[in-house]
Amino acid sequence: MADTPILLREQQYHQIKAVLARLRMDSSAKVVFLVDKDGQEIASQGEVGNLDTTSLASLAAGNVAATGGMAQLIGEKEFPTLSHEGEKESIHISVIGRLLLVIVFDDRSSLGLVKLRSKQVSHQLATMFEEIAAGDFDDDSPFAGITDEDIDSLFS
Amino acid sequence: MTFINYASREINCKIVYYGPGLCGKTTNLQYIFDSTAPQARGKLISLATETDRTLFFDFMPLELGTVRGFKTRFHLYTVPGQVFYDASRKLILKGVDGVVFVADSQEERMDANIESLYNLEENLQSQGYDLMKIPYVLQLNKRDLGNIVPVEDLAAELQRKGEPVVEAVAATGVGVFDTLKAVAKQVLTELRKG
Ligand SMILES: Nc1nc2c(ncn2[C@@H]2O[C@H](COP(=O)(O)OP(=O)(O)O)[C@@H](O)[C@H]2O)c(=O)[nH]1
Ligand SMILES: [Mg+2]
Repeated sequence: MADTPILLREQQYHQIKAVLARLRMDSSAKVVFLVDKDGQEIASQGEVGNLDTTSLASLAAGNVAATGGMAQLIGEKEFPTLSHEGEKESIHISVIGRLLLVIVFDDRSSLGLVKLRSKQVSHQLATMFEEIAAGDFDDDSPFAGITDEDIDSLFS
Repeated sequence: MTFINYASREINCKIVYYGPGLCGKTTNLQYIFDSTAPQARGKLISLATETDRTLFFDFMPLELGTVRGFKTRFHLYTVPGQVFYDASRKLILKGVDGVVFVADSQEERMDANIESLYNLEENLQSQGYDLMKIPYVLQLNKRDLGNIVPVEDLAAELQRKGEPVVEAVAATGVGVFDTLKAVAKQVLTELRKG
């Protein structure tokens, strides 16, 4: 048995996008995005233009998983935030339950501001995601009727 | 964990290629990468050591097409094979939707296959999964080499539950898409159950 799927409804998606948009403004960040701990991108906001957010999401999750492994070796549960500061561009990651909030910023912002603003929305995002995680397929699940032909057609 | 976004109409699933060191996991992904149109896939990210061994994982997102109006995107991961990278193997299995076990058909790699398969069962368990219940495919790779174990013997030793067994030569692409298809099909069939 794999885990039950996570279903993100249209309205929930737009709510999350709105929170991320505000966070991006308040923190003067370039890009803000929300990733599942398994590495799947949930939503992003900002100057994503040529940024490969799919790869970034997977690597952010790998990064958190690896440092989490280190944390446990020294007797900590996990490291709740990670930041990597580059010459121009920096990344800040905060762990919110099973979510990762990833913020990419440059010298228009600062680590202190990004940390503060992430903290301020973390509770709101956690609550929103609890609601999402509790969601289930309706009776009208589009997948209940998937046929073998539907699946085969993917590979033709 | 399958992630379904109704707003962007996307289904995202995670497939992990497992197996002993040098069995051909990265080669599977590389072949898929090379033979897929650039618009259907993202970058192939390889976290490798200087000697070209997979250190943490290889990763590639791949779009297969649409099912019921939803774009299906598979996130393909490989794990490092060497015994001492067990911590990273465990991490990569988190949230997995389907597993491909790549066995190395060469006689001298039989013990390594068996050890790696036990390691997979253990690591799945430690993440709360059961190999017997998860979408799963056994790939017998390197069928082009001379010193290989017959398919029946490999299956007798490594097959766990009547899972599809695919013979492959990942280096030239033989069996690579059949393997992916066999696991993807099981993952999508799971969605039917809701
Ligand atoms: N002869 C042969 N060599 C293969 C095949 N698949 C992979 N290899 C080679 O085996 C070596 C290890 O493959 P790699 O994909 O890096 O293994 P990994 O450790 O499982 O990721 C490489 O030199 C590959 O070219 C195959 O089907 N036949
Ligand atoms: Mg490799």
